[in-house]
Amino acid sequence: MSALLLARIQFAFTIGFHFLFPAMTLGVTLVILISETGYLIKKEERYRRITDFLVRLLGLIFVTGAATGLTMEFSFGTNWSNYSRAVGDIFGPLLAAEGVIAFFLESVFLGVLIFARNRVSPRVYWLSALLVFIGGHLSAFWILAANSWMQTPAGYAVDTAGKIALTSFADAVFNPSTHVRLIHTVLAAWMTGAVMVAGIAGYYVRKGLHGQTARTMLKIAIILFALTPVLQLGAGHMHAVEVINMQPEKAAALEGHFVTSRGVPLYAVGWVDTAGETTYGIYVPKLLSFLYNFDFDSEIKGLRDFPKAHWPPVNLVFQAYHVMVGIGMLAIALGLLGAFLLVTGRLYRTRWYLFVLPFLIPLPHLAHETGWMTAEIGRQPWIIYGLMKTADAASVVVSAGNVLFSLVMFSLIYLLLFVMFVMLCVKLVKQGPAS
Amino acid sequence: METIQNFQILWYVLIFVLLLGYSLLDGFDLGIGSLLPFLGRDKEERDTLIHSIGPVWDGNEVWLITGGGALFAAFPQAYATAFSGFYLAMMLVLFALIFRAVSMEFRAHDPARAGLWETALVVGSGAATLLFGVALGNVIYGVPLDSRMEYTGDFLTLLRPVPLLFGLTGLAAVLLQGAAWAVMKTDGALQQRAFKAVRVLLWVNGAVAILYFIVMAAAFPGLPGRPLFYAGVLLTLLGLVGLFFSARKRNDGAPFWESSCSFIGLWLVAGAAQFPNLIKASNDPRLSLTIFNSSTGLHTLKVMSVIALIGMPIVIGYTVFVYRIFKGKTRPSDSY
Repeated sequence: MSALLLARIQFAFTIGFHFLFPAMTLGVTLVILISETGYLIKKEERYRRITDFLVRLLGLIFVTGAATGLTMEFSFGTNWSNYSRAVGDIFGPLLAAEGVIAFFLESVFLGVLIFARNRVSPRVYWLSALLVFIGGHLSAFWILAANSWMQTPAGYAVDTAGKIALTSFADAVFNPSTHVRLIHTVLAAWMTGAVMVAGIAGYYVRKGLHGQTARTMLKIAIILFALTPVLQLGAGHMHAVEVINMQPEKAAALEGHFVTSRGVPLYAVGWVDTAGETTYGIYVPKLLSFLYNFDFDSEIKGLRDFPKAHWPPVNLVFQAYHVMVGIGMLAIALGLLGAFLLVTGRLYRTRWYLFVLPFLIPLPHLAHETGWMTAEIGRQPWIIYGLMKTADAASVVVSAGNVLFSLVMFSLIYLLLFVMFVMLCVKLVKQGPAS
Repeated sequence: METIQNFQILWYVLIFVLLLGYSLLDGFDLGIGSLLPFLGRDKEERDTLIHSIGPVWDGNEVWLITGGGALFAAFPQAYATAFSGFYLAMMLVLFALIFRAVSMEFRAHDPARAGLWETALVVGSGAATLLFGVALGNVIYGVPLDSRMEYTGDFLTLLRPVPLLFGLTGLAAVLLQGAAWAVMKTDGALQQRAFKAVRVLLWVNGAVAILYFIVMAAAFPGLPGRPLFYAGVLLTLLGLVGLFFSARKRNDGAPFWESSCSFIGLWLVAGAAQFPNLIKASNDPRLSLTIFNSSTGLHTLKVMSVIALIGMPIVIGYTVFVYRIFKGKTRPSDSY
């Protein structure tokens, strides 16, 4: 295998693994902020117990996320040095801003959350929860702005030497896909946290453990679980429209759409024969055209309008996208069902629903992983859409043997981290939010 | 041209300050981590040591993350050359930092395997510290580069005597930083042991630092003409002499600041030797990566300056606020 392919596998593996943790971090800090606000206002023990329990969980999540996030900052230099040489003007400031404006805030006040319950007043503790929440989301903003710039670059000029120079920082940061990607990703993260907490609390309630604390925890989580997938429907729609407008090849790959036409169908499931340029599956006629601009006959560009060399791996993108959408639809149904049970007062005794909740915990992760596969594989062969090919981005001095060594090491270390993380989470859940 | 040069110099200074801040702050965390088995005789003592850094190490590591981001933003050529060129060494640093990061949290949640996670903390902290010093020694002392700014050496090139001396000097300074932190944050038998470590490390640091100054003056012919060199030497010696008396008087607050002072001196000497190079080419000085040929454009440097000059004072402000929350001796209740 070539050094380039190994570097791509390593990046996909390490970023895919890393993202599990920031997604949980954002979602769990939201629940912590809600429960700590409840404690500040109502002064009831159950809220403090929920916070204290989730803060211990957050400690595990955050530290694993921080450790694996360090890999990402290294990797642009270690494995993608030609990319780094080309985009220092724009990508560098976004990473640096993330450090100065966001990550310091989150990390410094996380120390207060984990260690200083008995050292600070409830107000300062609440403020720390708020600042950890804000810091985490600012982090997401800068990192997603950086990713969005790779999808829909703006605010730059290419000089005669081929170097990419910054012309407008505001345009680069608020490029055409930043806001939709931010909303879509943050909602996915909130859903991840909501389902995780709902799964844990559902288990407690079904087993009759931790009484009122568990029921309150479940209530907060179910409300978030009902809201986030529905909001995601709107955010996902906005994002899809943006992709059709800004990255038409990717949009065409999402639905295996080859020939530019009007009245384009939307597939529920399917299979793309890329060589034969045909897509098979179950579809709703004209629905994609309708969803694009609420006109059943609107025109959607097909892949044939673009050189084959610029096509992403179509079937892979199609499948990843449809898994994500499928989970999103399932989440809407299950979230609304939970809200219905809550409103009708049956949530705490509908045993089958409580039984199912813990098994849902991996689903939002599968959705955001396949969502990122859609976004990133869908952008190929480009690393910066329309500007730089992934094939031209790797380090020239790093041999295949070196990357193979690091890839094997990452596989072993991350496997260890994953096993430990799951084991320690299960252990923590079994201990529960006691006193 | 005059303007961009001013910003390039400003960014050299800012990254220098970020890495210096990192070495002082994460320095005591890494020092505590490395010294854990020597200072902490039983589980309770090791708990106290780990809890003394538990609330702050995370924030301290962000100085490195921001320093790396700033290097990427201001001098991407140097970031790209060093990180790709020193690939295996960088991966080892990364693995060490990953283990260091998770070890404390996992140890708290997994008492059955506390010994394993302590080993991960000790090895991770020590290895990361040593390797950082060696990497820094290499970019300052010089490595072979080609005309495309790419590194042409291999892993063994990095392990020459002068860069290794950098690694040892950094390790000695970090261990002292850790011992001085332990003196400040603990009491009783543990503190007495920390005082003893300070007294031993004081002499180790003195010996290594003098060797480092002599080697630097010999390796960089221009260095003895630079006032910053003498300022650095003076700061280090003042710090160590002050530390000698503080340790004798059993003063538990001053050693940390005196150790930091000594560490700053080492950094000033390194900076005086390096500036305006970022990565010196050992084969041909004209191939060196300098702050002038490796930077981003003027617009990026200006935007970054605004972010840094507004953002960093705020960061320092709330960092001080949080350190004050944890002021004083580490209490057993400051646990996970």
